Amino acid sequence: MSSQDIPEENLPAEQDATQVAVADEKHPFADPGLPPHEHRIQDIDERAARRSERTVALLFTVSMLATVGFIASYVAIPHDKSIFVFPIGHLNALNFALGLTLGGALFCIGAGAVHWARTLMSDVEVADERHPIAAEPEVKAKVMADFKQGAKESALGRRKLIRNTMFGALALFPLSGVVLLRDLGPLPGTKLRHTLWSKGKLLVNMNTNEPLRPSDVAVGSLTFAKPEGLEEHDHEFQNEIAKAALMIVRLQPDDIKDKQELEWSHEGIVAYSKICTHVGCPISLYEQQTHHVLCPCHQSTFDLSDGARVIFGPAGHALPQLRIGVNDEGYLEALGDFEEPVGPAFWERG
Amino acid sequence: MSTTETTDSRARGKAPAGERVADWADGRLGIYSLAKANMRKIFPDHWSFMLGEVCLYSFIIIILTGVYLTLFFHPSMNEVEYHGSYVPLQGQLMSEAFSSTLHISFDVRGGLLIRQIHHWAALIFLAGMFVHMMRVFFTGAFRKPREVNWLFGFLLFVLGMFTGFTGYSLPDDLLSGTGVRFTEGAILSMPIVGTYISFFLFGGEFPGTDFVARFYSIHILLLPGIMLGLVVGHLILVFYHKHTQFAGPGKTNKNVVGMPLLPVYMAKAGGFFFLVFGVIAAIAAIAQINPIWAIGPYRPDQVSTGAQPDWYMGFAEGLVRYMPGWEVNFWGHTLVLGVFIPLVLFGVVLMAIAVYPFIESWVTGDKREHHILDRPRNAPTRTAFGVAWVTVYMIGLVGGGNDLWATHFHLSINAVTWFVRISFFAGPVIAFIVTKRICLGLQRRDKDKVLHGRESGIIKRLPHGEFIEVHEPLSQDALYTLTAHEQYQPAEIGPTVDENGVERKVKGSEKLRAKLSKSYFDEDGQIPKPTVEEYKEITSGHGHH
Amino acid sequence: MKKLSARRRHPLAAVVVLLLALACTGGLYAVFAPADKAQAEETAQSLAIEEGKKLYAVGCASCHGTGGQGTSDGPSLVGVGAAAVDFQVSTGRMPAATSQGAQVPAKKNIYSQAEIDQLAAYIASLGAGPSVPTEEQYGPEGADIAKGGELFRNNCAQCHNFTGKGGALTKGKYAPSLEGVDPKHIYEAMQTGPQNMPSFPDTTLSEQNKKDIIAYLHAVNSDETVNPGGLELGGLGPVSEGLFAWIFGLGALIAVAVWVAARTAKAKKS
Repeated sequence: MSSQDIPEENLPAEQDATQVAVADEKHPFADPGLPPHEHRIQDIDERAARRSERTVALLFTVSMLATVGFIASYVAIPHDKSIFVFPIGHLNALNFALGLTLGGALFCIGAGAVHWARTLMSDVEVADERHPIAAEPEVKAKVMADFKQGAKESALGRRKLIRNTMFGALALFPLSGVVLLRDLGPLPGTKLRHTLWSKGKLLVNMNTNEPLRPSDVAVGSLTFAKPEGLEEHDHEFQNEIAKAALMIVRLQPDDIKDKQELEWSHEGIVAYSKICTHVGCPISLYEQQTHHVLCPCHQSTFDLSDGARVIFGPAGHALPQLRIGVNDEGYLEALGDFEEPVGPAFWERG
Repeated sequence: MSTTETTDSRARGKAPAGERVADWADGRLGIYSLAKANMRKIFPDHWSFMLGEVCLYSFIIIILTGVYLTLFFHPSMNEVEYHGSYVPLQGQLMSEAFSSTLHISFDVRGGLLIRQIHHWAALIFLAGMFVHMMRVFFTGAFRKPREVNWLFGFLLFVLGMFTGFTGYSLPDDLLSGTGVRFTEGAILSMPIVGTYISFFLFGGEFPGTDFVARFYSIHILLLPGIMLGLVVGHLILVFYHKHTQFAGPGKTNKNVVGMPLLPVYMAKAGGFFFLVFGVIAAIAAIAQINPIWAIGPYRPDQVSTGAQPDWYMGFAEGLVRYMPGWEVNFWGHTLVLGVFIPLVLFGVVLMAIAVYPFIESWVTGDKREHHILDRPRNAPTRTAFGVAWVTVYMIGLVGGGNDLWATHFHLSINAVTWFVRISFFAGPVIAFIVTKRICLGLQRRDKDKVLHGRESGIIKRLPHGEFIEVHEPLSQDALYTLTAHEQYQPAEIGPTVDENGVERKVKGSEKLRAKLSKSYFDEDGQIPKPTVEEYKEITSGHGHH
Repeated sequence: MKKLSARRRHPLAAVVVLLLALACTGGLYAVFAPADKAQAEETAQSLAIEEGKKLYAVGCASCHGTGGQGTSDGPSLVGVGAAAVDFQVSTGRMPAATSQGAQVPAKKNIYSQAEIDQLAAYIASLGAGPSVPTEEQYGPEGADIAKGGELFRNNCAQCHNFTGKGGALTKGKYAPSLEGVDPKHIYEAMQTGPQNMPSFPDTTLSEQNKKDIIAYLHAVNSDETVNPGGLELGGLGPVSEGLFAWIFGLGALIAVAVWVAARTAKAKKS
């Protein structure tokens, strides 16, 4: 579809077609042309012009002083000194002094230049002609002729074999670049499906770094746990905790509505993945009276008393629960890994 | 003494030093031809024409301060124990990226200032681009011959968003890390390729030890390199096309009225650079931004409430927050619509504004050059579309901060989310209708002003007792300015029968265009501007009312 | 000295020493004996419980039941401990207005500390629970601020924000700002888990942990907290920063642009 289909009369008339230099009875809306130039005070009063000159010079001088102030502040103010500035509060003295002096120095240069331009440089408005961007037909004809000549001389149109193989070569070689990206990372494999949890791993309290006993976990309390053996300075800590982080709460067993949740709990103690099933934020805004847990990133809300099912927000499925029990020494332990992948859903999750 | 010397040198044909240098350069670079076209280039004066300069200058400021920051920043995720000046993090484990950012903030004199200038300038850069883009949109400055430059600008805005995102992720703090985690989740939601892209981007599982270094090269080299090229192209095109101007006496589609580059715009634009830099430096002295020391180092198992991205990603954040949690499982696969739809919508919303110029030129069928800007009221459908788009964008921003709306206005976060969900659909429709009405109202007022003059505020009593307000006729300048805009006629579908009497099949796209054109330009789409006949009838007949 | 050594051999010396020793022992006993004091405390305690019971009957019983057993309007207070009472009443949350929104807000406390102690004593007598912490427990001595920061980010920041500015919970509930909250009350809140806040008992968050957290909060969220970069902008992160950049950043630059582009005043026509 092109504009040829639209008849010319539908397009508004060019403004210039109606343009008449002076307004008359025939053209009450005619363009009166550029208004005559009016003088500024500075153009006719030399004293006003001098005042402007002094203002500009003053601004440039203040800028110089501010730069001196910047250097002086840099040298004189200790980098850790804090001061109280009303109404901002306690702040770093050096940052404040450097910023204001630098800002002042720059602003005064700009203000001086603009004031100079506004009051002392000519303010006569000038009109500049525009020329059409598109080339004249003769130019276009010449270019087309040149192009045809070149195309003909290259014999590209005639020798199809050259053309086709050249396109083939050019199309294939970028593949090398794509192949080179392969080693950016390993293939996913089943890594997203497994965490450090396995049968017999103790639940270690994040705060105290001690294994948890059932008696440590009170009803209405919130505790975070990691698998035994994972330490903060381990090389793999960040990757592992990103999947293994656990949120532990204790409910009255009567309050647990989901049968599997009750089975996988121990005396009302339930352990859920701390990683949101939406996009993986650590979810842990636990409301102990409603048993709701909210994600601070996108407000997905899960009901911990009902299998952590989603009751609001953009998450697509419940938080995975970790099956727990107690070992011979009376410590809480995992009874296996999570039975489904933790964290955000992905294509292969199923 | 000296006078004779200069006379002597002149006599020997020796030019002043400056001229000799210029001659040298001209012989090699041809600068005189370049200067001939550009030295007295005319730029029109209007504050809104300087919004682009705000962007250009903040971009330069970002590059200058960014280069300084690279001198101290270590893009490494190696784990270190912190022993710098900030007491509340003493002995904490963190990445080198985080600890070097603390070092810049607390132990490099002026480092904090440069960091804050860099970050404030980035926020202002994006805000400036947004406003600049809206100025260009609402005045129709994107029309031929400037469509390519519109796309350059749009690309700069989008690339700016991602440069900003990769930049604020570099310190590896708890807030930005949460954002990176979100990105990982969003990538995982992509059907078929999601997990692979995620593993390639992070060099394995999240967070791994690679992403800071990779984001670093993207942030300081790849994206700014492309942006610099686009900025240069954008500016060359601005010079080449010459600036647009608003309608007014003496201003036509074939000229540009304003002040010359040398000296006025050299001083004004050059001065404006220093003004922008000065204002941003002062803001960086007064207001704190991204205090990573208070936020803490990233740990994938920690989080803070109020986890938001920088403002320009807020609209995407909003889309994600108010999306319902749809997830489809089939044949052992999962389609994560709850994340993937917002991801697609993010692109769709941005593309909607990017392609608008092409849609409009298709509807109008106008292939002429346009250098006179429209007043937004004189293009009601375009303006209404623009306001509807801004409404969608703003609703996204509100949704992205739904938790803060809830706490600061004592609302339920669920209620805010529902409000935003409904507004996402209703908001743009209402905005479109209301804006169009307002535009038409303003057009009517302009027409009244032209035909009846402006209200003078003087009340006169006529002999028969009636009170009227005296209307003063408009000046010639005003009459011209208010009637200078162009008005299209709705396009008809051409004859369905050709000259040989053979029926032609009308294509669907043709019908669509006729429909769109009608909604743009029929009597509900615009108020016909006063004609000379109407004016003459009123002014000659019975004087002014 | 000579005199003393001479008298040591006096026949009555042994008697004097004996008497002195007896007097000392008696005196020491009188000073250190627990019996009387314990008795006095006990009476004071039971007196306090009595007074507390009266206050309870007036201010609390309508919702929590005459014996603290709880009603449909208020939970049971058996076993919540003195710490819970001190927190709820000192912060003005209790007694609450009869019709509540999503959450009982903190407001002006209407009881004196003595009355609160009496109420607390009464509630504590209903069943064992956490007692009111001492200054030694929540004071700054021996606290590790950095450890407190890590603990805060692990346990508290998800609801209360990085530096305790508060945040939203579901359906109009919220985690309040921790600005200007008495360290004692922060300690009590962690121990007892008021309203929807989960508790962090000593078994999972040790006394030292709590001390560290309080010290960290004081470092990052108090009148003396230094914000090196200047205005804190509410400590809310990118949303308030973005608003500031738009309004004051871009706003200031547009104001400057208007000045740069505006026409210079023309000379008056005469």
